[in-house]
Amino acid sequence: MDRTGIKVLVVDDEDDFRLYFSKRFGKRGMEVFEAHDGLTALKRVHEIPVDVVVLDLKMPGMDGMETLIQLKRQVPTVEVILLTGHGSVESGIQSLKYGAYDYAMKPYAIDELEAKIRSAYERRKLHMERLRAQ
Amino acid sequence: MIEAKYSKLFGRIAGISLVFAVIPLLSLAVFIYIQFSETYNSKIRENLRATVENKRMAIDLFLEEKRSILQTLAGIHDYETLTSPGYLRRLFRETASHANASFVDMGVIDEQGRHVAYEGPYQLRTANYSDAEWFHEVLLRGVYVSNVFMGQRRFPHFVIAIRRDEGEKTWILRATIDMNVFNALVQSVQSGSRGDAFLVNDKMELQTASRFSGGPMAPAPLTSVERFRGIRVHNETMHGRPGMIGMSWLENAPWLLVITDDVAEEMSPLLSTKTDVLLLCSIGIIIIVIGTITTSRLLVAHIRKADMEAARLDASLLHQSKMAALGKMAAGVAHELNNPLTLIREAAGWLHDLLDPDENEEPDREEIRKVLTRIDAYIERARGITHRMLGFGRRMEPVKEHVNANALVDETVAFLENEALHRNITIERSLDSALPPVRIDPSQVQQVFLNLLDNAIDAVGHDGTIRIRTQVAPTAGFAQIDFMDSGPGIPPQIIDKIFDPFFTTKAAGEGTGLGLAISYGIVEKMGGNIRVESSPETGTTFSVLLPLAETA
Repeated sequence: MDRTGIKVLVVDDEDDFRLYFSKRFGKRGMEVFEAHDGLTALKRVHEIPVDVVVLDLKMPGMDGMETLIQLKRQVPTVEVILLTGHGSVESGIQSLKYGAYDYAMKPYAIDELEAKIRSAYERRKLHMERLRAQ
Repeated sequence: MIEAKYSKLFGRIAGISLVFAVIPLLSLAVFIYIQFSETYNSKIRENLRATVENKRMAIDLFLEEKRSILQTLAGIHDYETLTSPGYLRRLFRETASHANASFVDMGVIDEQGRHVAYEGPYQLRTANYSDAEWFHEVLLRGVYVSNVFMGQRRFPHFVIAIRRDEGEKTWILRATIDMNVFNALVQSVQSGSRGDAFLVNDKMELQTASRFSGGPMAPAPLTSVERFRGIRVHNETMHGRPGMIGMSWLENAPWLLVITDDVAEEMSPLLSTKTDVLLLCSIGIIIIVIGTITTSRLLVAHIRKADMEAARLDASLLHQSKMAALGKMAAGVAHELNNPLTLIREAAGWLHDLLDPDENEEPDREEIRKVLTRIDAYIERARGITHRMLGFGRRMEPVKEHVNANALVDETVAFLENEALHRNITIERSLDSALPPVRIDPSQVQQVFLNLLDNAIDAVGHDGTIRIRTQVAPTAGFAQIDFMDSGPGIPPQIIDKIFDPFFTTKAAGEGTGLGLAISYGIVEKMGGNIRVESSPETGTTFSVLLPLAETA
């Protein structure tokens, strides 16, 4: 597997959260980019060939759900994983309807989230290959 | 309500009930008594009247009878026969046995006043009546009933005399009436032990013996009475006691029949009735009083219970709302706490990664130290959040403090800032920096502000503005705090109900419907007010008026 591979964009308004996310997933061999709100996230996906977006649901301004919708509309091949806090499973399920690949609870279990990101990446890879084949 | 108020209420209720219960009873008793005594009085009067009438008739009849006999005797005999020796004796004996033995004696007197014939127990053969009043009277009138006089006998008696004109001759037939019989006749009506009956002449001299006032010829204790027809009855005090007097002038003699009644004696049944009525009345009043006091006490106890129940409900409602607010607070705090907690976890996870035994490198001690410092900061953040929550639930009893309303607004906004931020709602504040302090219970009013701000946030939903403004109210002595939201407004048909308890437009389980009701209650208790204005164009404005701390 290409370990310098998976490009992850973490979107969260909490600075330290992004910090640890970057450090920990960086240590697990991923390349982590950061965005502090929805608008910034939308800008960066056009600048960087991001594979997976990890998106916090509760953010000021454009919230997670809105950002998800915009992302899928603008860059459909990007996979999104939604992070929801305080047991709102309904939001998680709703995000699937809007095109998210999966959702995870916050605070996350790191191995679980890592597995989800990798699996999301695999799907994107498949997708990209199919597109190229056409 | 305090005990004193309940006592006063009890007193009032019992007093009014008593008055309204006792007055009819008393009036009835008095009325009945008056009626009864009047009836009784008039009965006694009637009785006396009847007695006087009957007696008068009896006495008149008696006198008439005697006069008639004499007149007949005088008429059917001539002088010669009557004065012949022994004749008068025989005649007298005959008459005496028939006429109820009422003639004591009989005599014939000639024109000169000489007793020419006499039959009777007294030595009067030689008497001469030419100077006697009765003699002159009978010569004048023809028939004469004398007053009681002493005469030659030296003891009281009265006579009936008839004048007979026999051609040239005029002579008089005279008889003395048996005073015992006559007295007995008059006195037979004396009633009871204090009643009296007697005859007086027009000089108010007794003609018959009175029980209390002396024998015949003594002056009667009466003021002079003029002649009148019929019977007179009136009340009079006699011998210091209340009494009744009935009077009637005789027809056959110039005498007044007087019958007296001792009212007290007659009235004794009335007196006992009076006592009975009084007793019954008293018993009745006692029963009424007991009943009234019992009923009033029951009533007041009931009222007190109802008041306590209401107060308890009030307190329970307040408590419920406080709990609801607390719950909401707790939820908000829990949300907030999640952030630092997540970060602590992240940091711990990162430390875990750093100290991974699979790693070949030495753990970066500097990095580890840095992360531990961060963890401490996150914990501090969490502590701040819980501290704020603790401060909210602390005070239970309402206190009145001088509070800066602006500071309270700021605190409230701080609580709900995150929520608003997440929903992209802007909270603007126009706080009058010169606003004087208000005299309120800060924790309770904070509850109100929280409620209103929370409602505003819910009303707006997403993407809107909430403006909070403080100023001195146009009403003197009050500060005005306005919560204005850019929401859809409150429809006119429900705007009157929003302060009602349990009224809510939220789905079941979303809201208790108590927030505004409690808020209204809190503000009112502090002497303030909450008003609402709303329209679809301008949104909703809640204006809270709070009393300013008095400067005096």
